Order: sequence, then structure tokens, then C-alpha cells
Amino acid sequence: MTQVATAETPVHEKQSFLSRYVFSTDHKVIGIQYYLTGGLMGVLGALLAGLIRLQLTWPTTQWNLLAKIFPTGMEGGFMKPEFYLALVTMHGTIMIFFFVSLALVSGFGNYLIPLQVGARDMAFPFLNMLSYWTIVPAILIAAASFFVEGGAAGSGWTAYPPLSAVPSAAPGSGLGQTLWLLAVALFIVSFTMGSLNYVTTVVNLRAKGMSMMRLPLTVWSLLIASIIALLAFPALTAAAIMLLFDRHLGTSFYLPAGLFIAGKVLPNTGGSPLLWQHLFWFLGHPEVYVLILPALGITFDVLVPFARRPAFGYRVTVYCLVAIAFLSMVVWGHHMFVSGMNPLVGEFFSIGTLLITIPSTIIGVNMIASLWGGKLRLTSAALFAIGTISFFGVGGMGGLFLGNAAADIQLHDTAFVVGHFHFMIGGVTMLAIFSGSYYWFPKMFGRKLSELLGKLHFWMTIVPFYGIFATMHFYGLAGAPRRYYNLSQYAFLEGVRWMPIVITVFAFTLLAGQLLFLVNLVRSLWAGEKAEANPWEATTLEWSAPSPPPHGNWGENEPVVHRGAYEYGNPDAKEDFVPQTVPALKVPAHS
Amino acid sequence: MKDTKSTLGVALAVMVWFIGIGVFVLGARRYLPPVASEHGKGIDVMLFYLLVTTGTLIVIGHLVLGYFVFRFSRAARVSPTLPGATAQRFWSIAPAILMTVLAEGGVLVLGIPVFGQLYTEDPPADAVVVEVTGEQFTWNVRYPGADGEFGRTDPALITDTNALGVDESDPAAADDIHELALIYVPVNRPVKVRLRSKDVLHSFYLPHHRIKQDAVPGMTIELWFVPTREGEFEIACTELCGFGHYQMRGFLRVVSDEEFERWLGEKREAGRR
Amino acid sequence: MSSARGAREAPMNWSGGVAPLGMSWQKLMMWIFIVTDGLLFAGFLAGYGFARTGARSWPDQQEVFHLWFISLMTFVLISSSATMATGVAAARVADWKKVANMVLATAGGGVSFLAMQAYEWGSLIRDGVTLGTNPWNVPAFGNYFFLITGFHGTHVLIGTIVLATLALRVRARKTTAAGVELAGLYWHFVDLVWVFVFTLFYLV
Repeated sequence: MTQVATAETPVHEKQSFLSRYVFSTDHKVIGIQYYLTGGLMGVLGALLAGLIRLQLTWPTTQWNLLAKIFPTGMEGGFMKPEFYLALVTMHGTIMIFFFVSLALVSGFGNYLIPLQVGARDMAFPFLNMLSYWTIVPAILIAAASFFVEGGAAGSGWTAYPPLSAVPSAAPGSGLGQTLWLLAVALFIVSFTMGSLNYVTTVVNLRAKGMSMMRLPLTVWSLLIASIIALLAFPALTAAAIMLLFDRHLGTSFYLPAGLFIAGKVLPNTGGSPLLWQHLFWFLGHPEVYVLILPALGITFDVLVPFARRPAFGYRVTVYCLVAIAFLSMVVWGHHMFVSGMNPLVGEFFSIGTLLITIPSTIIGVNMIASLWGGKLRLTSAALFAIGTISFFGVGGMGGLFLGNAAADIQLHDTAFVVGHFHFMIGGVTMLAIFSGSYYWFPKMFGRKLSELLGKLHFWMTIVPFYGIFATMHFYGLAGAPRRYYNLSQYAFLEGVRWMPIVITVFAFTLLAGQLLFLVNLVRSLWAGEKAEANPWEATTLEWSAPSPPPHGNWGENEPVVHRGAYEYGNPDAKEDFVPQTVPALKVPAHS
Repeated sequence: MKDTKSTLGVALAVMVWFIGIGVFVLGARRYLPPVASEHGKGIDVMLFYLLVTTGTLIVIGHLVLGYFVFRFSRAARVSPTLPGATAQRFWSIAPAILMTVLAEGGVLVLGIPVFGQLYTEDPPADAVVVEVTGEQFTWNVRYPGADGEFGRTDPALITDTNALGVDESDPAAADDIHELALIYVPVNRPVKVRLRSKDVLHSFYLPHHRIKQDAVPGMTIELWFVPTREGEFEIACTELCGFGHYQMRGFLRVVSDEEFERWLGEKREAGRR
Repeated sequence: MSSARGAREAPMNWSGGVAPLGMSWQKLMMWIFIVTDGLLFAGFLAGYGFARTGARSWPDQQEVFHLWFISLMTFVLISSSATMATGVAAARVADWKKVANMVLATAGGGVSFLAMQAYEWGSLIRDGVTLGTNPWNVPAFGNYFFLITGFHGTHVLIGTIVLATLALRVRARKTTAAGVELAGLYWHFVDLVWVFVFTLFYLV
């Protein structure tokens, strides 16, 4: 006996400010909460990056203003090495867990999934609300870690033991590291709650007629990303628990015998630092696909209406997303080629990693091919989506170097790695956040963002971004190690001293360019051009709801779907697009 | 309106082209530190192959993307024909074959053999053996001396003057030669490194020799290479190990056979340290 | 998971508007949650496997543990799964009195298991096994033992509390068959984890 499963019908009684905007269970409000919170954390992460660039480019300059803001870390106006490492660690942690995960996955995921599948809300709205309010303490704890004794954690976002397991091994390995672990644990709890909702909603709450192959690629990518998140995060939870035990309960999961730290021989015995690396990267690698897959899905959803053509190779793209997700879970060892892991195992990881290039390239080709034969409307959203294709290609090529065990020997832990991952989980994801913002802002707030500011924002993002991170690849080829407080003493880098300066100039240009977006956002919320329900003439379900949609999304009648997500250029239709809800009797469906 | 849009289209296309060409030009091999080891040549072949193939793909990809943006932003109308099933299938199979050959083929033919050889071949018997122990924040270097044996170490014996905790009562320890952040080796002879760590993870990186290996506490990892050029080369640490991570600078001095023997003799006479 | 005995289920319907896997969103979510929780234990057990295959020696389980006692514990837990399944079946035909009894019996099984586990911990601690050291000089043994059985025991405790609450609600006729089934899924999961822990830690 199959059951029709629907979310609870919306309550229409008068709600207080707190229950409407603060502790709301409406997926749209929660989505916006995530988006804004993530955005705020992105700004914070960017400021930390600015400080990192200052240190790397002008290590001998005395920054008196900064000494006032950070009396311990910038004592006397000069950055302390441990403060530098805290900045590097928290920049990475904040950007990955508190910016991209929140703004891209939780923000757009929460807002769009029920709307794009035709549901009134997520399957379990109360749990959804809890997931957001679990993130808030996580963020507060992470921020607080800067102000405790020893400062924030300084072992990188990767937190390798023994450095992270022994409080006396580094200043940041004291309370700062414990708080880091707690913040990450709360993040995992929150993200798990969210992912449970995303998967259940997509499986059970699709509207009548919305078969899986009629879903927009945004939903497919979010579904697949959520599944790998659910499968991969427990490994990090287990690893973090064991690290907390090693730090506070005297166990030796990661600590071998004979460690001599801070003048003492430690009593631990029997552990292995490699165990952490295996468990961490078992999550860590799928995690980056959790971040990038939704970006790819959103890029398709934005490209298609602005090209007025169906997504090229929709079915194959879905299969490729699944293939990437599956492969991503079995290649974690490519982060460990020189770790002391068995080299034979390393060879298998290398071969597996290079397989991912196949579905990834097909997806890239499908994106480009979706433009063929179209009539491009180069709005800000479209520009960012096109830029995403470029970033995905260039950054992805760097993956061929790093996945190749032999090449990785030279490139591991250099600026090449930093350049590569910034393209993928910083560039592709950030551009997708922007293209999604320009595209869905009218739906969320009933107004459009300024196109002029948007186009300026685009150029001031894409050009500096290339300047920073393409240069970084070459800096890494030259051998520059990452996580270095100061590289000036190394003679082998003499020929590339100009590179960090160029990177920093572009970095501050990039930061300045983002102000355009912030101004645009704030201004348009109040004074933006009003938008109707479907300003972009798009086909997916969210555009058949009002802008913004009311509580419950669809009013009296839930939508019924009669065709695929991308019916543009249907020869039987009068207009050049056919929304998903148009019955087949009116216009025959062609997919 | 249309003019603005096509100007935008042109600007976008131009930028995209520029990226492609720029990357290709910049993607040159000249940034790599000049290679100074045997196996390093194999790694460089791998890197050059990757630079050429990825550079070409980036250029071609951007030329196509730029052309599409340019052409279809000026299109008067949408094309009336939709992409057929054959076209969609072709453009899935073609990239799949291309990447299988280029990426997977590259790693199988060029990469794995070099990587495998580096790790599975045993060093020749006449290799110069040196033990390198990373610590926060320097490299302790030790040679086994005439008896070819390293003296036993025990962390409990570590003091300010005995950084490795060498057990003085062990006869093999008497002739060990100690250095700090400095390794002497003869050119064109294999060097076997026994890599250890006293405290946290470090990583032994020789940029010119294409050598990188994490030093893991609790493990002794052996690697070997053949330096092919004389000179002084830097060592850097490439695994975050604390606030002094950037300071773990060391030197590999590759000298002639005679010079190496002379240095060895000098060291033996001076006794330990 | 079929929700009705008898009639053959229709094939999975993915066309939208129906639940394709034949289960409510609550049940689907519980299943996914159970998978993630199971993967947490898999992470711990993977660490245990990593440590044990790398260890030079490992204490002999026959000597260290009272295997007959552990087998009894296992029997108690598996029996409690049987009473739970009976309770779930009774809930489907609304025999609430039987449901209450079965749920209480299951909770009782949980309590007994926990008491026995506490006794086992006590006896090992008395033998000198701590988180840091043990008489056989294999600290990993103590580390993983307390970590894994501790987390499992916590899950049993949570389950027991949930069941006790459920029993009260059944008494007040405030539950549905679906709610009982959800609790049952969680309990079976806790039992299954124990089977793995028992096999991999005590037997192998």
C-alpha cells in the first residue's frame, strides 16, 4: 500500500515576529537565513584572507592599526607566526563550512528544493528550523576561539595530529583546537539534519507528474550532494570524537609512542597519525564535491533560460553527477600520496582519481553545448554562469596534476594546491552563488538586482580571481610551500618574488569588487525594480509561484507537472518556452 | 539595446580568448626549479606532458566557449532545430574517450612507473645512507659512520645537547656523525634517506630533486634518489608543524666524490659533533 | 519495507505525487538517519581495524573477557529485538495492551543489557584496563573498547529512554502504529550494531 506523503499543511494563524522571521519553519525564511549568515561568514573569511595577504606580501611592515585590533596576534604591529596560522586555519574552516556550505548548499537548497519539486515545504520543517539554529552556536564558538588563551586553532582546516592532538605542540592547539572541534561537530549535526530533509523531500514530496527525470539539475545536484554528505560526514564525526579523546582523556588513537613535545616524552603509545588522515579525507574529499555539485547544477539552471535552449545532454549529466559522487568516495588517498601510506595503495588512488576527469569533462562540454543554437541574454546571472564554466575547466585541469601521484610529489603542499582548490571550491562555488543570487533574487524578494552593478561586479570578480589563483598555480610550480608565514629566506624562490605581490594586488581588487554586490543587495531590497512571477521567462516550477511565494508556496492547488524542466524551443509551442505545469493537451511535451 | 548586448558579448568573448591564450603562454615549464636528480627527470616529463595537454585543452575550451558566446549573443533568433540524441551521445562519448586517453593514459604510461620505481626499487648497495629526523623546527641529520650502523635512540634520553636521544652506551653510536639542517652527499651516487620525526608531522622537501616525503612520528620511512648536479640546494618543510614551520630551512650540499670523502674523514676525526 | 502483509506491492512509482519507496517521509528519514549513525560506528570500527592490523600484539579475548557473559548480554539484546518486533506487529492491529507490554519488555531488555555492560566495564577496570594503559601493554585495546562499547551503550540508553516514554504514551493511547514502528527501527539498529561490535571485538 503506497502512501501519499505530504508535508504538514501550513498554519494560517497570526504569527509573532519571532516565529515568522527568527524561528520560522518556512523553508524560504530558513533558506534566506542560511544565505545571509553564510554571506556574512564569507565576508569574515575574506577579511581573514586580506590579513594573510598583508603578511605574505609585506612581512616587514609595521601595521599599527592592526596592532590595536589584535593586541596579541599583531603585537607591536608585526604578525606573530601563530596568529598567521590561526588566520590560515580559520579562513579555510570558515569558508568551507560556514560560507560555501551555508550560502550555496543550505541557502539555495532550502529555498529552492520545495519550490522546484512542487512541495509546500520540506518534509520536516521543525527539524529544518533546528538545523539553522544549531549552526548559530557553531559559528559563535568558532569566532570565540580567536579570543581564548593561545588563540584559534593553528593546525590548518585539516587539523592533522599530533600537532592538533597535543595541546603543548602549538599555541593554537590548546583551547582553540577544542573549540574548533566543537564548532565542526555542531556544523556536522546541523548539516546532517538539513541533508535528511533535502533527501526525504526530493524522494517523497515531489508534485504529481514530477518524475525524477523532470527535475531541474539544481535539485539533482543538491540531492546527490546531500547523499554523499550523509554517507561521508560520519567518518569525520568519528575522527573528531577520537581526537577529542586523545586531547582530553589520555587515549592514543593518533599518537604513537615516543613523542617528544615541549620538553617532555609523552606517555602515549600505539596510535597512528595516518588514521586521522584516512578518516578526515574520507569525508574531506566527498565534502568538496558536496560543495561543487550544487554549483554545477545551479549553473545549468541559469545558463538554460538565458540561452533559450534545453540543457544539452540532461540525462547524461545526471548520470555523470552520480558517477562523480560515487568516484569521489573512493579516491580520498590522493591527499596522502606522500604521507607514508603504502605506495601501492597510492597508485590505485591515483588511477581512480583520474577517472573523475571523464564525467567532469562531459559535464563541462554539456554546459558549453547548451549555448549552441541559442539566443544569449547576457544578464549578470548569465555572465556569472558562463564564468563558472571557465573556472571549472581551468581549475579542473589542475586536478589532473594533483591526482597524478608522480606529479603530486612535486606539487603537494605547495601553492599549486591552494590555487587549484580555490578555483574549484572558491571560484566555481562563489560564481554559482552569485549567478544564483542574480537569478533568484527576484523570486526571493520580488525585486531585481541592478544589472549595471551586476555586470561591473562580474568583471571585478572574474579578472582578479584569475590574477590571484592562476598565478598561484605557477607559484606552486616554482615550489613555494603553503601555510608559510614568510617565504623570503628561501633562495630557490628568487625568480618568482613578484608573484605574491601580483596576487595581493588582485586580491584587494577582488575584495573591493564584492562591495559592489553588497551595495547592490542592500539597495535592491528596498529600491530594486519590482519583479513579476517569471521575469526571466523560465520553465521550472518556482517561476509559477508568486514573487515572493506565500507561506505554503502554491496557494490552494498544488502544481501538477506535465513535462521536463527545460522545454525551450519546443517547435509545437507559440512562445519559445513552456513551463513545466502546462498540460500536454495544450502543448505536446517533447521530453 | 542590441548593440550593448553584442558589445558585451564581444567583451566577454575577448576576455575568454585572452584567458586561453594567456594560460597557454604562461603555462611554461620555466617556473620549475632546475631539476637535479635522476628520477626527477621522469617527474618532469610527467609535468611537461600535463602542462602541454591541460594547456591545450584550456585554450581549445576557451576558444570554443568564447566563439559560442560571441556568435550566439549576436543571434537573431534561437535555432529551430533541437540537439538530437546522436549529437548528445557523441558529445558524451568523445570527451570520455579523450580524457581516458589523455588523463588516465598519462598517469598509467608516464606517472605510475616513475612513482612506482621511486618507492619499490631498492636502493643500490653503495648508497650513502643518512638519517634525517625532523623536529620543531629543524632537521637533525645523522650518518652511520664507519661501522655502517646507527646508534640506538630513545626519546627518554633526549636532552638539550642530545637532540636525538642517542644511547651513548650503544657501541654503534660512537662513530655516528651528526649535523644540523645540513646534508652532504656525493654527486651521481645514490642517497638513501631514513626519515623520522621526533614530535609532529613534518615533510622533507627538496624542490630541485623532486623529493617530498612526510616524516611521521612512530615510523621510519626510507627513500632514495640520485643527485645529478653539484651545488647547494635548499630543504623546506612541507607539512604544517607549528609556528616555526616556515623556518625549517636546510641545505643539501652535493659535492664531488673526493670532496665528500674529505668531509667524511674530517668529521670522523672530529668525533661526534 | 512493506507496510502491509498480503497484497503484492505495486512497483516503485517515481512519477511524483506518491512516495516511491512505499514509506512515509518519517520512516524514510529514520532509515537515512540510521544509515548515518551506522556509518559513525563504521568509522570507529575502521579505526579499530586499522589499529589492530598494525598492532604487534593484541590481548587474547578468551582470557580477557568473560565470553559466556557477553554471549548472555547478546542474547538479552537480541531477545529485546524480538519483543520489539512483536510490539510493532501488535501495534498494526491496534492491540495496545500487548504493545505496552512488549515495549516495556524491550526497555527492560535494554536496562538489563546496560547493567551487564556496566558490570563488564567494572570488572575490566578492576583488572587494570583504563583509557591509557592495560596489563597487556596494548593501549589501543582499552581505547577502542571503551570508545566503541561506550558509544553503543549510550545509544542503548537513549533507546531505552525513548521506549520508556513510548510505553507511557501507549498507555495513554496517544501513539500510532507508525510511531511504534519508528522506535522499533531504531532499536533493531542498535541491536545490529552490537552484533558487529560483538563479532569484531570479542570474537575475531
